[in-house]
Amino acid sequence: MSTTKEIKLNFNAAWELAPAPEDTSHISIKSQYDLFINGEFVKPESKKYFATYNPATEVKIADVAEANEKDVDKAVKAARAAFGKWSKLSGKERGKYIYRIARLMQERAREFAVIETMDGGKPIRESRDIDVPLAANHFFYYAGWADKLEYAFPNRKPKPLGVAGQIIPWNFPLLMAAWKIAPALAAGNTVVLKPAETTPLTALKLAELIRDSGLPKGVVNIVTGAGKTGAAIVNHPDINKIAFTGSTDVGKIIQKAIAGTDKKLTLELGGKAANIIFEDAPLDQAVEGVINGIFFNQGHVCCAGSRLFVHESVADLVIRKLKDRMETLRIGDPMDKNTDVGAINSKEQLTKINEYITIGKNEGAEIYQSSCNIPKKGFFCKPTIFLNASQSHRIVQEEIFGPVLAVQTFRTIEEVIEKANNIPYGLSAGVWTDKGSKIFNLTTKLKAGVVWANTYNKFDPVSPFGGFKESGFGREGGLHGLAAYLNI
Amino acid sequence: MERLEIQKTYKIFIGGQFPRTESGRYYSLKNKKGEVLANICQSSRKDFRNAEVAARSAQSGWSSRAAFNRAQILYRVAEILEGRKDQFISELIVQGSSSAAARVEVEMAIDRMVYYSGWCDKFQQVFSAVNPVASSHFNFSVPEPTGVVAVIADEKSSLLGLVTAIAPIIAGGNTCVVLASESKPLCAVTFSEVLNTSDLPGGVVNIITGSAQELHTHFSSHMDVNAMVYYRDDKAQIKTIKENAALNVKRVFVYKENIFSEDHANPYYITDLQEIKTTWHPIENIGSAKAGY
Repeated sequence: MSTTKEIKLNFNAAWELAPAPEDTSHISIKSQYDLFINGEFVKPESKKYFATYNPATEVKIADVAEANEKDVDKAVKAARAAFGKWSKLSGKERGKYIYRIARLMQERAREFAVIETMDGGKPIRESRDIDVPLAANHFFYYAGWADKLEYAFPNRKPKPLGVAGQIIPWNFPLLMAAWKIAPALAAGNTVVLKPAETTPLTALKLAELIRDSGLPKGVVNIVTGAGKTGAAIVNHPDINKIAFTGSTDVGKIIQKAIAGTDKKLTLELGGKAANIIFEDAPLDQAVEGVINGIFFNQGHVCCAGSRLFVHESVADLVIRKLKDRMETLRIGDPMDKNTDVGAINSKEQLTKINEYITIGKNEGAEIYQSSCNIPKKGFFCKPTIFLNASQSHRIVQEEIFGPVLAVQTFRTIEEVIEKANNIPYGLSAGVWTDKGSKIFNLTTKLKAGVVWANTYNKFDPVSPFGGFKESGFGREGGLHGLAAYLNI
Repeated sequence: MERLEIQKTYKIFIGGQFPRTESGRYYSLKNKKGEVLANICQSSRKDFRNAEVAARSAQSGWSSRAAFNRAQILYRVAEILEGRKDQFISELIVQGSSSAAARVEVEMAIDRMVYYSGWCDKFQQVFSAVNPVASSHFNFSVPEPTGVVAVIADEKSSLLGLVTAIAPIIAGGNTCVVLASESKPLCAVTFSEVLNTSDLPGGVVNIITGSAQELHTHFSSHMDVNAMVYYRDDKAQIKTIKENAALNVKRVFVYKENIFSEDHANPYYITDLQEIKTTWHPIENIGSAKAGY
């Protein structure tokens, strides 16, 4: 054990960093937001509003309209009315509108990043460097497809589907809106989009931006609300396509709800990714990948590497390095540019995560948490790992959607493939090894839509994303993402 | 002196074997004159479940075969179909086809099998992509088989409907359980004999006979079936199938085009039952020079 002590990280050095809060003075947030229907903000028929809070401070940011069935119907009618002209517009012109949205978003990137962090709790470093640039790039990428669709599907003349109803989650609010809207518009559809009830603000700022862009009225409609509003979209008879990102439970309800209709469906659902480290892996990089895999965005990531499999021969070393690295994570004010792990998105989610932590302890797994202090106000959770977890544990089988990692060890490659695949989910996986042939052996055998080899949690507009099995069907991103919005 | 003809016993095809239905049930297939042509297995839920187990066991072996090898096996199926052409034609005539229509159907079936044989080692190239990500990574997307597919085949044709359903599924590396036409089941059994003598591993295709009304709920609610394909037009069955599919997020495809349409020969029937897998790997950077594609 003496050798392991020698290479332990030294925390006696000056790790204290002065607070570096992002400036919030340049952003504009109204105290109340209405629904974006037919190119303008309109009061809800429901006459109801709900509050959206900053999860890091528990302070209310704004009131947001709650769309009921009548409101959704208005939005669908607007989208239907706009569909004819929009779908007949030449691809070249459609593309130019989408390029314009991309550029406007780049110009206002800082404002979007700040609001994203205020409304959702994710570190400003992530919303600034990942969410917002990727969202803008997504629009830019798909803009270019609008007049090239026939090259994407050989020997076919693809046609738009009509009105797309799109329901997105709270973990990447603006980015998911971009993933949904950009390909739909490029393909010639019109949309009714509902952001999550805890994170509606960047979608509403996007509505302002779309209004400013001169996009024809009704092509994009954004309605806010919770599950009931989502159900009104799913069940609306004049919608041709439902695109949903969220939990597997809700995805199944949606799939069942539209069974008697001709609505097309794509689902991007939950995950429980295996992140697999072999003894020949570059261990420091692998540990970095594990940290990024589970603590990125507080673990509120459907493709989070929430199951770690470590080759038994290096397990002690990897786990010690992992614990050491966890000690260096900075948890706290999401608006601070040095923060690594921000606030849990909502009180409900924090409760759910804490329940799973209790379950993990009761199941007999060994808990280890960062020894950091967490702010007294706001919703925070210490980075958490469970050692000696076993395949039957609920913390191994179920999606927690928080900064909680279940660690298992393995001896043979057959064993780890079997264990990695032996869950209903199949969204993503990670593999760490220095051996190329082993990487390809695993990537072909792991039942997952995205496999990161010697890296993790990388995203790009050109790269298709989506799941196998109960993680959903259809792809978002890249050429393959177009298929979700076209009759081929 | 008249010779007594030997009649064929029509059984089902599971895991490369020809068992009778475990249920012991049968229905009598009659011609227009009301004469009994054969006693057909009225397959049960248990038969379907056995067939699914066979399909699942065969899945990884079939999908990991070389694509070129799959192409050769599908071509071999076509060869043996061609050799037994007259048998299929007479079976279709017995089931009510004119001899001209029977010939057309068998020839289309053979040609369609050859068509999909050709795609086995080509669709991956057409529908894959190397994705030029902005970071220094090699990123590529390839289609992989969805897994085990349950099929309720066309009711109106005895042979072509089966071939049209099965060829794109197995060309793409999936395995399947197929419910044959209830009113025209004879070719299903004879086609199983073709499959069984053409190097296709047991369990890759399993064909059972019986009632869609009875079996569609079991097909669609099975938790180890990954996708379902339906070629008929019963709205109530379609709704039930789609509802049950939600139990384990099955992919459901309802194909309504006339089975004789040439549009049934296209690779999008293969890609419907494929999952796109995207793989990332870093590219080493030397100095400040970034590498990418």
